[in-house]
Amino acid sequence: MQDPALFEYVLRLSDDSLILGQRLGEWCGHGPILEEDIALTNISLDLIGQAISLYDFAAELEGAGRNHDQLAYLRFENEYKNVLLVEQPNGDFAMTILRQFFFDAFRLPLYEALMQSPVEQLAAIAAKSVKETRYHLKHTSEWVIRMGDGTDESHQRAQAAIDHLWRYTNELFYEDAHDRTLQAAGLVPKMAAIQTKWTDTVTAVLNEATLAIPTNNWKFEGGREGRHSEHMGYILSDLQYMQRAYPNMEW
Amino acid sequence: MTQAEQERRFLEKIEKEIKIEPNDWMPDEYRQTLIRQISQHAHSEIVGMLPEGNWITRAPNLRRKAVLLAKVQDEAGHGLYLYSAAETLGADREQLIDDMHTGKAKYSSIFNYPAVTWADIGTIGWLVDGAAIMNQVALCRTSYGPYARAMVKICKEESFHQRQGYESLIKLCNGTPQQKAMAQDAMNRFWWPALMMFGPSDAESTHSDQSIKWKIKRFTNDELRQSFVDATVSQAEILGLTIPDPNLKWNEARGHYDFSEINWDEFWQVVKGNGPCNKERIAARLKAKEDGLWVREAANAFAKKRAMKKSA
Repeated sequence: MQDPALFEYVLRLSDDSLILGQRLGEWCGHGPILEEDIALTNISLDLIGQAISLYDFAAELEGAGRNHDQLAYLRFENEYKNVLLVEQPNGDFAMTILRQFFFDAFRLPLYEALMQSPVEQLAAIAAKSVKETRYHLKHTSEWVIRMGDGTDESHQRAQAAIDHLWRYTNELFYEDAHDRTLQAAGLVPKMAAIQTKWTDTVTAVLNEATLAIPTNNWKFEGGREGRHSEHMGYILSDLQYMQRAYPNMEW
Repeated sequence: MTQAEQERRFLEKIEKEIKIEPNDWMPDEYRQTLIRQISQHAHSEIVGMLPEGNWITRAPNLRRKAVLLAKVQDEAGHGLYLYSAAETLGADREQLIDDMHTGKAKYSSIFNYPAVTWADIGTIGWLVDGAAIMNQVALCRTSYGPYARAMVKICKEESFHQRQGYESLIKLCNGTPQQKAMAQDAMNRFWWPALMMFGPSDAESTHSDQSIKWKIKRFTNDELRQSFVDATVSQAEILGLTIPDPNLKWNEARGHYDFSEINWDEFWQVVKGNGPCNKERIAARLKAKEDGLWVREAANAFAKKRAMKKSA
């Protein structure tokens, strides 16, 4: 492999998109209103679409002859590098929207920065995905505000989701030697810059929603290194079912 | 204008193929028939999301996952247009949905059959969407304007779904023996329920006559069913799948395929709520409605607060 750091970087982006898209797909047919069923499915579809482009690029970087499906479907759990946040269960609608909001608020500035990357393919994927992500963030921000400033029940549910998910947000800005290599070469942005923008967005939206930013400082991580929560195995059981039960077949 | 005069004008429009529009006078029974039929169609789209939606997380590759997500999303969109078309007749969407939950309003019985293998997803696309298209193409010329226009858009998407379903079965039928067997098994289970989608036979159909006169329906249930069988036999042959009917054969004199009598007992049992998944489907829809109540309340409360702030 010519560039293991870049491969790892793109794989993380791919896995985040895939696992979150997979989670959102569970909502299909069960949304709280028909319009929202369509919106959640649409976000899921966008994420799966992004995952396809990203895995294609990762496969090319790897140069081992694997394709996007082999990367997406045929790795072991500790080889998936998504953050813990995206594998957390859907919970109620508040939990799903807050998980998505925290992710979108991270993804948008990240894609905006990656559009400037000298890695052309990465910049191109970012440019295409940034439009979708902007819409996702708008949609989830609006729901966070509606829930926070809606009824007592919706406020409580939104706050409970924030308090629960907060521990997973720090991992979004994880960096290791791979990141630092790419950053030193000027290929990808520093996570500190993304985190500043994330904090601005989250603070503004939660303030408008009359929701509190948690004071707890728990920082869960492990996903970026392939150490996942108990939920991940179940996600992969569904995701990989067909590929594992019927190996080497085309669908 | 007397009622007799209004009715004469209404029938004249029907005769001249002029669409009836929401603000036009129409007989109450025409209105009620349309609300019943359109809402039943909308409910079918929404309940139809469930058996296919079950396979989104298990789709065998990323492309199939994306295609299935897009398809199920289209169905939700069809449900929306159709509820909107019913609302132009004075119906209320939430009331219509409640009528389905209580069993007062029906949805297509096909969705009370389980989707148990991946081949079911392709088969649903091919046979179920195929049968739906037979009905729906005829409805593009239905006499009520908003319904006809909704159907034009829906038909385009449905025929796309049917092609995708068929294409996914081509993959299975040209694949391994396991894949081919999976496709045949799905065919065996879905063939008869697909034929049942056209409703009771003409002799038993309570709503048909008047609907044909009003040009809500353009063809009878049996005519559409026959067209579907005629169109599908050669498609099954190309796939190399056997249609599970020993009496299926070409009748030169009629210019159509003959086929066995449908098991009407099963048909009526499923309509009455005793199909394999009737309870699960309604339970899933009810749960979505109940779980979503606080979300809808929050959206309403927020909209009111914002409206008050604006006017303040």
